[in-house]
Amino acid sequence: MPNALLEVRNLRVEFPTRRGTLVALDDISFEIAPGEILGVVGESGAGKSLTGAAIIGLLDPPGRVASGEIRFDGRRIDNLPYEEMRKVRGRQIGAIFQDPLTSLNPLYTVGRQLVETIMTHLPVTNDEARKRAIRLLEETGIPAAEARIDQYPHQFSGGMRQRVVIALALAAEPRLIVADEPTTALDVSIQAQIISLLKRLCKDHGAAVMLVTHDMGVIAETCDRVAVMYAGRIAEIGPVHDVIHVPAHPYTVGLMGSIPAMDEDRERLLQIDGAMPRLTAIPTGCAFNPRCPRVFERCKVERPELLPAGSTRAACWLHAPALREAA
Amino acid sequence: MSAVLKPVATAPLVEVHDLAKTFDVSAPWLNRVVERKPRQFVHAVDGISFSIQRGKTLALVGESGCGKSTVARLLVGLYAPTQGRVEFDGVDTATTFKSKDALALRRRMQMIFQDPYASLNPRWKVADIVGEPLKEHGLLQHASGTGARADKDEMKARVAQLLQSVGLAAADVEKFPHQFSGGQRQRISIARALATQPEFLVCDEPTSALDVSVQAQVLNIMKDLQRKQGLTYLFISHNLAVVRHVSDQVGVMYLGRIVELADKGDLFARPRHPYTRMLLDAIPDIHMSGRARTPVQGEVPNPLNPPSGCSFHPRCPHANARCKAERPALKLFGGALIACHGVEEGRI
Repeated sequence: MPNALLEVRNLRVEFPTRRGTLVALDDISFEIAPGEILGVVGESGAGKSLTGAAIIGLLDPPGRVASGEIRFDGRRIDNLPYEEMRKVRGRQIGAIFQDPLTSLNPLYTVGRQLVETIMTHLPVTNDEARKRAIRLLEETGIPAAEARIDQYPHQFSGGMRQRVVIALALAAEPRLIVADEPTTALDVSIQAQIISLLKRLCKDHGAAVMLVTHDMGVIAETCDRVAVMYAGRIAEIGPVHDVIHVPAHPYTVGLMGSIPAMDEDRERLLQIDGAMPRLTAIPTGCAFNPRCPRVFERCKVERPELLPAGSTRAACWLHAPALREAA
Repeated sequence: MSAVLKPVATAPLVEVHDLAKTFDVSAPWLNRVVERKPRQFVHAVDGISFSIQRGKTLALVGESGCGKSTVARLLVGLYAPTQGRVEFDGVDTATTFKSKDALALRRRMQMIFQDPYASLNPRWKVADIVGEPLKEHGLLQHASGTGARADKDEMKARVAQLLQSVGLAAADVEKFPHQFSGGQRQRISIARALATQPEFLVCDEPTSALDVSVQAQVLNIMKDLQRKQGLTYLFISHNLAVVRHVSDQVGVMYLGRIVELADKGDLFARPRHPYTRMLLDAIPDIHMSGRARTPVQGEVPNPLNPPSGCSFHPRCPHANARCKAERPALKLFGGALIACHGVEEGRI
């Protein structure tokens, strides 16, 4: 896709340890178009946060990008030197993390943190930066922004802090925002406020979003496309509506069935037996094969790539062309 | 122990009357004297009443800080109530917990905690974790005299049986908690809670720390156990979809009080209290039915300084002068208990 804003190609992230190399992400490929919201969903340990961290260049050592590439606006960013990457991060790619308390510095006022971010990335004076900071806080729905800008993070509630974090992420008008579980630490009533705010602001500012979450409901309401991750790989990727309503990968089917629904009664939830494998013991072939209800011989020996399956693409041999012709 | 033998089998197993718990959060004595700071109290639970029928599930829902976990702890006796009573099978628990019958009562009610990583001792093997209640309550037949050998064998058999009842393998007894995943650990804590063959289980956010597919496994096990053993549950959660799946009755809590208590079907089909409506509205819609959502403004107020009158009035779209001044009482409206002036006056 030539007009993609972000392009991830065959990304592989490894953690060298004394007992051997752990492959945390393997052969991840996707792209995000300008202004698009891509959801990344999966269970803990699937590698969704790691994918976000790799894109913004904040992999915790010893984690490293072992192969593949990440291109932003056509320019390769996964191998940039630290100082170069700092200029991209914040200016081109903003980040929102899960816990709004730890992503703000408790010793500086909210205003100082916003002004610092703005002045680092944009050629403005201190006064202009402050005005801009107040405007950002107003945009994120913080009442009495002019007064609150001089307060410290501990004087804000959880929901208000997350608004500040969103303001920070948007401060330098980045073209992509990586939001890692932005609402997980918040109460449901606040969650809805923050999600609609994030969606509206990104539209207003024309920013694309990569939204990492484990909450399928949030994905359904917010995203254009969704990637379902399992054991360090993408199991299925496609338009949100299709992935939710006509999932092609047996894992996605199980995931959807295990969510208690608000509008239907079931005595038992659909459950996927077992648990996601550890990185040290990823099965050969398809990583999902020991838990898969539709497993067959090929799944145990050969690893499936993403194959077209209806309007989505799924890494599952059920969608192999030969099999479909036979069926 | 079967309910049939009891004289009044239809009486609820758990009855709570006007239960309250206040925590003293005052500054230290010296600060109060020097800086003239007043004493301060948090009314974590502020006069709530409900009852749970045998074999049924009551769910309490609410946002963080609404006092739902405090209710759980009051019920099993981890906190002593400041005011009000908890009756278990017709007996007042506060006095029983102080008497010599405390152990017998504790055996009949057990608790499952939220975080399966913090509620299991990492240095104990599963055999010891699940076996401890058996020892503590003297539930092994050979407990006195007949020799440690027979004792050990019986314990092993019982623990293995308990593990199998929650879908774990008998061979897992030799493992430590770190060798299990989150969902498996939560099953171990369920097995531990079941060890004393309780009638009543208090589950404080038992699946909040788990992934959805694992949550489904644990919820299925809990429902199966309820059906097989006739267990009664108090289920505490902030997740309305989970509550809808497991409960028979639902109580919605806001700042230490129950604002709506109704049968599950009623509550989800016809929510009456504005806060209940707001909570239901706030859930992201997975089926994208295009239902219009009105994100409610504002946040939960500071429980140290709760609003006057109805504590929900600053966020309520229907609030009027009366709501600001007068605290609404829980009253029966068409089968549901609701604490709202608006509903009472027919405005909502």
